[in-house]
Amino acid sequence: MSRASILGKVRSALNATTDDTERQATVAARLRDLPRVTPPQRVAAPNTDLVACFVGELERQLATVKEVGDPSEIPPAIAEYLRAQNQPLGLRHGSDPRLADLDFSAVPNFEVKTGPALPDDSCGLSYAFAGVAETGTMALLSGPENPVTLGFLPDTHIIIVPRDRILATYEDAFSLLSKEKGAGAMPRTLNLISGPSRTADIGGRIVIGAHGPRRLLALVTAQL
Amino acid sequence: MQPTSHDFKSNARTALADHQLQQALSGLPTGLVAQRAAARDRLPEFEALRDYGRDIRNHCLDHLDLYLERYEAQVTAAGGHVHWAETAEDACTAILKICESAGAKMVTKGKSMVSEEIGLNAHLQAAGLEVVETDLGEYILQIRDETPSHIIAPAIHLVQDQVENDFRRQHQQLPKDRRLEEPAELVDEARQILRQKFLSADVGITGANFLIAETGSSIIVTNEGNGDLTQSLPKLHIVIAAIDKVVPTLNDASALLRLLARSATGQEFTSYTTFSTGPRRADDPDGPEAYHVILLDNGRSELLGSEFREVLRCIRCGACMNHCPVYNAVGGHAYGWVYPGPIGAALNPALIGVKEAGALANASTFCGRCESVCPMRIPLPKLMRRWREIEFENGDTPLLTRWALRGWASVALWPSAYHRLSSLMVRALRLGAGKRGAFTWLPLASGWTAGRDLPAPQGRTFQQLWAERQKAATKKTDATETP
Repeated sequence: MSRASILGKVRSALNATTDDTERQATVAARLRDLPRVTPPQRVAAPNTDLVACFVGELERQLATVKEVGDPSEIPPAIAEYLRAQNQPLGLRHGSDPRLADLDFSAVPNFEVKTGPALPDDSCGLSYAFAGVAETGTMALLSGPENPVTLGFLPDTHIIIVPRDRILATYEDAFSLLSKEKGAGAMPRTLNLISGPSRTADIGGRIVIGAHGPRRLLALVTAQL
Repeated sequence: MQPTSHDFKSNARTALADHQLQQALSGLPTGLVAQRAAARDRLPEFEALRDYGRDIRNHCLDHLDLYLERYEAQVTAAGGHVHWAETAEDACTAILKICESAGAKMVTKGKSMVSEEIGLNAHLQAAGLEVVETDLGEYILQIRDETPSHIIAPAIHLVQDQVENDFRRQHQQLPKDRRLEEPAELVDEARQILRQKFLSADVGITGANFLIAETGSSIIVTNEGNGDLTQSLPKLHIVIAAIDKVVPTLNDASALLRLLARSATGQEFTSYTTFSTGPRRADDPDGPEAYHVILLDNGRSELLGSEFREVLRCIRCGACMNHCPVYNAVGGHAYGWVYPGPIGAALNPALIGVKEAGALANASTFCGRCESVCPMRIPLPKLMRRWREIEFENGDTPLLTRWALRGWASVALWPSAYHRLSSLMVRALRLGAGKRGAFTWLPLASGWTAGRDLPAPQGRTFQQLWAERQKAATKKTDATETP
């Protein structure tokens, strides 16, 4: 009842009728064509170094970014980071096969768990679906491969971003999602992450580590 | 909440005398205002993006019924539920019903101005539910029993010492001699306390910055990550959003998101921008088992058909209040209802009536800064001016103001008489001011002269000065042209 009433009031406010095919066609066209605004200049030029832009923007937002060449360099890089941050040597990740393939056996006493985050987990590891250069943003898809809680409950969040999936804009990331998962397909949660958790709610001063991760490491790597 | 907007004048007087408030507000120009300017300067296409954003929002509003239908269909297809609510009461009732049917006892909340608008917390608490605000600013306000004074920085009216006192009073279970001197220590304490709440909540309620018709997703934009914990850990996720939040596509949302954080906090992008679509999928190991969206009208459909439609383009960034000299002087609580600042002055009279909130449109110098920074190019001064006219037409303007306006208008309608009279006045004022050149007191202007002297005019009107200058300029041109 409320539905009909609200939609009726909206239509009468717009002087519209339910059988107005021209309006319907306009809407259908927008949903079909998905028009985009001109991309920001900082990523628009064809020879833009997207990885450099991604790294620079993400560092401005107080994340740590490290470029690694080969997937075998990821476990030592993670161990080194956790040691430097005085964090326990261990992490949890989802069922993503590219993460399961990481070999931490060379790092003594490194504990790897899998599944969604538990309250006492100190570090979550996720694999980004894509990177967005314009603001140093990482797109993460929820699911068994990369459970959403891994990015919010642990004190440390580490995200692996393959360098060849660093795209120019958000629109590029959405378009890749449609291409790979089906038109308009969305996971339960799509996270765009651009830095560690922060707040300025006390006296306007920025404090890192409000409710989510206190630190964020992005590992830019060759495709696993 | 019970509005006190009609008391703006006395609210403002109280605010001006509140030293802690003044100290808290003094950080705005070097904080949010300067940060926005820096972010704008880093994005050369910012102004063009504002035009594009305005056009998207106009297009949404022109086709609102169709996008709402499409949005609803997509939410349903993803396994979620849409509930339509015409009024605040309908929305509160629907949310309580969802909570009760799930046997919920504890609710965590992300930041939502619409939930303030409908008085959700009081409604749920009256039914025996525990409701916990998890945005740090909102949490502080909840333990102080206050309302937000800003739409994105809800506790901007507080200084650090006040928060420390609140935490010591509220968190009695913690050691009395603990250090709480740095903002980081206060944040840590809130983090510990709220972590337990996140983990034991049955329902998580968030607002939405946008709803996407293309995919049936709701978007929240946050920095703390509290919204994500709120919506990922409990069994139920409820989204409360007004009908004007719908945008057509992910690409349209992208354009608007480029403007939102930059206009709000001066960040390129917030730490977290989260798109939620339906409940957890069959093989998902986490996320809510059920997903409900409450679509609230509460006056929006009337606004859509009115001359104030443009106010619905608002994306709630708060730039208008950050840049408003009146907001900077008195803070948000003086406005007396949920939405403060210029956007509140333009929106609130439509939502709670001109009689209650018409006074807010007078709380403006019409300097135009709000419109100059609004990412959606809402003509806020024009809308406020229109509310002033409506207030006048309704006869709600104070008698003295009406008389003064009528007196002024009766002369101003006759330009030659107006010029003669003003030139007489100017001369009289100059003579009256004597050697001092200023007045320490004037009838009907004691509000001004109580705080400072009123400089007297220097003897001629602007029109006279202008005419003289034009004459001099013509002479000069003649002189240079003479061989």
